[in-house]
Amino acid sequence: MATQAPATAGIGQPANLSHTAPRRLVLEVLHDWVTTVDHKKIGLMYIGYALIFLVIAGFEALLMRVQLAIPNNHFVSPQVFNQLFTMHGTTMVFFVGMPILFGFGNYLIPLMIGARDMAFPRLNAFSFWISAFGGLLLYFSYLGGSGLYGAGAAPDVGWWAYAPLTARVFSPGHSTDYWTLAILLSGVGTIGTAINIVATILCMRCPGMTLNRMPLLAWLYLVMSCLVFVTISPLTAAQIMLMLDRYVGSHFFDTQAGGSAVLWMHFFWIFGHPEVYVLVLPAFGFANEIIPVFSRKAIFGYPAMVAASVGIGFISLSVWAHHMFTIGMTAGANTFFTLATMVISVPTGIKIFNWLATLWGGKIHFTASMMFALGFLVQFLLAGLTGIMLSVAPFDWQLGGSYFVVAHFHYVLVGAILFMIFSAFYYWFPKMSGRMLSEKLGKWHFWLFLIGFHLTFDFMHIPGLLGMPRRIYTYEADRGWMIWNMIVSSGAIFQTIATLLFVYNMVWSYFKGPIAGPDPWDAWTLEWSTSSPPPNYNFAVIPTVDSRRPLWDLKHPDDPDSYYE
Amino acid sequence: MSQAAVIPQNATPAWVLPSRGIVGMACLIVAESAIFIIFVVAYLYYLGKSLTGPTPRDVLELPIFTSICLISSSLTVHLAVSALHRAKQSLCSLWLAATVLLGGIFIGGTAHEWYQLIYHDGLTIRTNLFGTTFYSLVGLHATHVVVGLIMLSLALIFSLNGAMTTRHTEKLEVLSLYWHFVDAVWVVVFTVVYVLGR
Repeated sequence: MATQAPATAGIGQPANLSHTAPRRLVLEVLHDWVTTVDHKKIGLMYIGYALIFLVIAGFEALLMRVQLAIPNNHFVSPQVFNQLFTMHGTTMVFFVGMPILFGFGNYLIPLMIGARDMAFPRLNAFSFWISAFGGLLLYFSYLGGSGLYGAGAAPDVGWWAYAPLTARVFSPGHSTDYWTLAILLSGVGTIGTAINIVATILCMRCPGMTLNRMPLLAWLYLVMSCLVFVTISPLTAAQIMLMLDRYVGSHFFDTQAGGSAVLWMHFFWIFGHPEVYVLVLPAFGFANEIIPVFSRKAIFGYPAMVAASVGIGFISLSVWAHHMFTIGMTAGANTFFTLATMVISVPTGIKIFNWLATLWGGKIHFTASMMFALGFLVQFLLAGLTGIMLSVAPFDWQLGGSYFVVAHFHYVLVGAILFMIFSAFYYWFPKMSGRMLSEKLGKWHFWLFLIGFHLTFDFMHIPGLLGMPRRIYTYEADRGWMIWNMIVSSGAIFQTIATLLFVYNMVWSYFKGPIAGPDPWDAWTLEWSTSSPPPNYNFAVIPTVDSRRPLWDLKHPDDPDSYYE
Repeated sequence: MSQAAVIPQNATPAWVLPSRGIVGMACLIVAESAIFIIFVVAYLYYLGKSLTGPTPRDVLELPIFTSICLISSSLTVHLAVSALHRAKQSLCSLWLAATVLLGGIFIGGTAHEWYQLIYHDGLTIRTNLFGTTFYSLVGLHATHVVVGLIMLSLALIFSLNGAMTTRHTEKLEVLSLYWHFVDAVWVVVFTVVYVLGR
């Protein structure tokens, strides 16, 4: 909380205001932020609230790692452990990943496509507040919920909330209801923002900004938002069914009345797997903007990148049941979902090769932002490789529900997505705040986080291979898992220190960092043509563009891109 | 906001982008369709799996008349939009009133059907899987009809007191898109619940 208050209170205000106008009352500033419909302020609020939840959910992960560091540990009770992994997963997916990416999208898309705001500014504010309220509701369960273990209980049904555990008989009290309502509200907000992003990208582009010239980040957000319509909606439908089951006694997932627990799994994973792509596509978008700028080259294979993104969007809708190999599907279904899952690595591979080709022969600048982006490249590849291993049904029968799976998806979510989010912070923080982040602290952050990440998630594969199941709160000493768990937990300490360093860097740089100027990276997209932070309504005159790199054209009138495109 | 009806004076190719209202509504329709698909899948998946009666064949009757009313309201709302486009406000009010009336008949028919099912056939949402999936699917659609009727009634009020002019054609068109969607969903629900499901 303390980190966020100063960071939000002044961003978006022109720096000279404090000299000319008297300091405004806290209440006035607060009123400004609560009632704002400005895409930049809403974007910053998304990012701010996601960062708060990132710290909370990270702390929950730390508690779990302390508990699992040694065998037969009694640091937390089994009940609390169930709540911890439920809250950690739910928070990280719905209240960290989604809002932080929507925050960047909200902030950057209008600036990048030369628009003054989103298509529906009031819908934008509504979506933010309803999502934020969902997050508060989830955590209010600690006070207001009463679950399996009496009063004051957070949800403890896992972030996937498998039936029939969520039925009122098995999860009495209100903790599961808080979970359902939180997801439902954040889902409504997510769909609202996705509608806004699609309408903004299709209807608000500045003259000359054809779809073929749009920054790839906008393309990736377009695909991601379309994916949201067909993935978050099924989740919302499933939550409505679950609430009907719990409140009015219907039987959707009630196995006693012939209902099917497997149907919930299908509905959940029809959401759950494309959700991974909803989270990773914006991360690809960041990479598409950051890697070319720090390689001093235009992105390699723009049309292939667009095609691969759209391809990933479509294929990701047909892979969900690879989360369900172990429930015993037919051989035909197993084969289909194995093949579909393998096929999705083709467009993903195209992307990786295009990024490598962008780096190839480039004059690479090793800024903190670029280092995180390079970390992303390597780790995303490794995460994809374990993904292909798990896509093979017989292999999955052996390792499904083990720590190998946990290691795999954390490799994607942390190694790829979180690294790219950090990269985006180092890249766009100067635009958002007007000041540079400290490069020195940024490199400390990178190396510490890299070491911590690999200690934790490389070695987490091994207890999985040795048979350690997920979701257990402790284990016997004679299993041979102890040393691995110890290493995994020690990595968490590095990651904690690195994250604290990052938070400190943001606060320090906001007040003391060097002034950034409008274009500190000598970049090529339209957001860098505005002052830092951009003024209200972004552009005094709506720009006209002739190529994919409008600022390159502006800086090099003798050799414009438009000549070659 | 460009007005679709006005032909530009100069011949230079203008920078034309789609209307954000229509794109936004199209996106909402895609998202809503996904929600309905899940409920339809649940209905089909649980068809004939109820452990106890009553079954669809025992209690459901084809709501032919109310369905015709709802489908025709798509035509009337379209006529209302085109009347507004041609600046015939009273004609627009008339067609809007007809739309609200037809939609009202449909929702009244659903209310009557539910009353019969609950009080005469003893089918509630708790009775069996058929009740669970039937009331949730038809109820979700009816909710959308009610929302549409509220918005159409507001449009009717605006039209009657003269607040709605040709400038608002596009907004009414966005509303009509929603209403067409609600009608199209009913075609699917009708087919699944009353034709295939019996």
